[in-house]
Amino acid sequence: MQLTARHQAYWRRNLSLTAVLLCVWFLVTFVASWFARELNAIELIGPLGFYIGAQGALIVYVLIIGYYARRMNALDREYGVAEEDD
Amino acid sequence: MASRGQALFNARLKKYYAFYTAGFVVFIVGVGLLESLGVPNKLLGYLFLFATILLYAGIGFLSKTAEVSEYYVAGRRVPALFNGMATGADWMSAASFIGLAGTLYLSGYDGLAFVMGWTGGYVLVALFLAPYLRKFGQFTIPDFLGARYGGHLPRLIGVLAAILCSFTYVIAQIYGVGIITSRFTGLEFGVGVFVGLAGILVCSFLGGMKAVTWTQVAQYIILIVAYMIPVVWLAVKHTGMPLPQIVAYTEALPKVSALEREFNDPASEKGRAEEEVRQIFRMRAAQVEMRLQALATGGDAYLSSERRALEKKLDAARSAEIDPRAIDEIEKALREFPANVETAKALWHKEKAQAEARAAPVKAHVEAYAAPDEEARAIARKNFLALVFCLTVGTAALPHILTRFYTTPSVREARRSVFWSLLFIFLLYFTAPALAILVKYEVYSNLVGSSFAHLPAWVSNWAAVDKTLMAITDLNFDGIVQLAEITIGSDLIVLATPEIAGLPYVVTGLVAAGGLAAALSTADGLLLTIANALSHDVYYKMINPDAPTTRRLVVSKAMLLTVALIAAYVTSLKPGSILFLVGAAFSLAGAAFFPALVLGIFWKRATCAGAVFGMIVGLGVTVSYMVQTYEFFGINGPKWWDINPIAAGVFGIPLGFIGVIVGSLLSPAPSPRIQELVDMVRYPRLDRDERP
Repeated sequence: MQLTARHQAYWRRNLSLTAVLLCVWFLVTFVASWFARELNAIELIGPLGFYIGAQGALIVYVLIIGYYARRMNALDREYGVAEEDD
Repeated sequence: MASRGQALFNARLKKYYAFYTAGFVVFIVGVGLLESLGVPNKLLGYLFLFATILLYAGIGFLSKTAEVSEYYVAGRRVPALFNGMATGADWMSAASFIGLAGTLYLSGYDGLAFVMGWTGGYVLVALFLAPYLRKFGQFTIPDFLGARYGGHLPRLIGVLAAILCSFTYVIAQIYGVGIITSRFTGLEFGVGVFVGLAGILVCSFLGGMKAVTWTQVAQYIILIVAYMIPVVWLAVKHTGMPLPQIVAYTEALPKVSALEREFNDPASEKGRAEEEVRQIFRMRAAQVEMRLQALATGGDAYLSSERRALEKKLDAARSAEIDPRAIDEIEKALREFPANVETAKALWHKEKAQAEARAAPVKAHVEAYAAPDEEARAIARKNFLALVFCLTVGTAALPHILTRFYTTPSVREARRSVFWSLLFIFLLYFTAPALAILVKYEVYSNLVGSSFAHLPAWVSNWAAVDKTLMAITDLNFDGIVQLAEITIGSDLIVLATPEIAGLPYVVTGLVAAGGLAAALSTADGLLLTIANALSHDVYYKMINPDAPTTRRLVVSKAMLLTVALIAAYVTSLKPGSILFLVGAAFSLAGAAFFPALVLGIFWKRATCAGAVFGMIVGLGVTVSYMVQTYEFFGINGPKWWDINPIAAGVFGIPLGFIGVIVGSLLSPAPSPRIQELVDMVRYPRLDRDERP
């Protein structure tokens, strides 16, 4: 079937949300690990570089996935592509 | 109406599992009572082992099914929360449960690659795969490749890759099952493997995915309870607060860091004693070095003269009738004496490296990429990042995890389900680093500096059971324990925590049951994935599409049995290092599946030729790099940019992406029918125009 402009707008918003969240993920995973030695000089709850790897990044992952699920489930409704079964 | 039925089902599930959890707690208390009545520990171990396996078998029996969609995808009615628990158990293997905290204890920061990689991958699952695969809604991952790219070839490569990585991974699980059963019941390793296998088969054989799902939920509850109780108790013991994930950083870590500095400071009393022991290891390393040099010049002649000298020493010791322990030691050295120059060289190099490692100062737990110089630090950092990358992408490509998202009732639920999955996995993964710190604190502050005459009970118990887990010798004869005199095996940390925390044996039994649950649940999911790839994708889709339902299920079960027996047989040969097997599975899965799956959803232009090319390139590069560089294969070729073989996917995954893209652009665009399929997958509902 032909996609409407609304369908395409939905997909674009999905893509930009995905891209933003992926950047956050990249930041806490790879950028933070790259600078782990430098971050360890900062003391918060233990040295920061270590703490990010042991807990901080994990918490961010959980939040990313939770936010994505909420946001996308809302977008589905907004753009009328939600499954009826809900 | 369907949603009402689903809501009722959901409520019923919650009730069942609440009763189940309560029943399990009563069972633990009951076993605790038996212990206080004086029932021997071995019997309690058997009780835990057989009661839990019986329980899993019971759930498997109750979930028996003859319906295809129930057998393959649990009828697609697993609510998000429960699918999250099942995924958690499916995901967390023996390596996570028993090995992870130990790895963190031994390698400090550098072990965090596993913590980040094995959780961060779920972000990729959530953003790129789970909702779309659920909308696609078939039975296996090769199914998606087959439908999206058309033709049998992508499906067939998918089947081969799924079998390759799942089989590598399942061996590591069955190995874990064998170790746990043999350690806690005294059964032989081989027997333990087959007992565990029986436990795996009874639950998947009758009810396929349906049975595996409901068993995995039960297993998740056992494993998380078993992991948390000892850690929380240990935190209370040290700090009076039941929050290990916080007090480990605020209370224990600063003290651990202070002790590390003291051990490395020769001016302090403890530092001086440590230095004495390190000096002994330095001398050992120098001695081995001398033997190595003599071997290089003397060759065979030197080796046989060494052997003769040892034999003479034995004769002299025997005639002098000295301490029989000394005679034993010489006999052992003779038994293990290398047969030829090659093995001698390898063995002595290893001995030298071990002595040098123990002669080195204590590595700070929090220090990232610790190494003697800037260049080595850069290499350590590169390998850390590469490993995180491979574990992350591999997580988002392991077929047994991805198929779990076919089982939810809707796309909405699939998205929520990834959240629950990671939350349940997170509970264990953010506790493991805290546990490592708490145990380190115990060892550094209580064990080091205590006297050999009065070692803590857990130390002497484990040293008596298994020297690879705990070995402790007074090398400088001062009667006091120094850190350099202790060797700890990584599995010890989780296994010994109940005793360190001063908990009764029943909790040790519980931990064993938890480890078993972790290994069994993962093995279940993996075996089912392999068997389904063979029966559904190869037999039904490619060989006999007209096969009736009963026939398909019979083939499935026959495959399950065959694969399980082969896996158990291979495991009983005890191949390679477990950690490498696990790491290899991730690199393989990542390189084979991730590019073709993600581009299949996000790029309409991706074609069959592209997918085939990309998968072959990705898999080919990964496998050949491993074979070239992993010492097990004996080639020891040059490494590319100093990357270790465990992270081979860091080359295979990007090349896989390039392969799919290049292959697609060189071939004609996919048909409109396939482009419509991509649209279908992208939108949760696309059957009619939007609602007014």
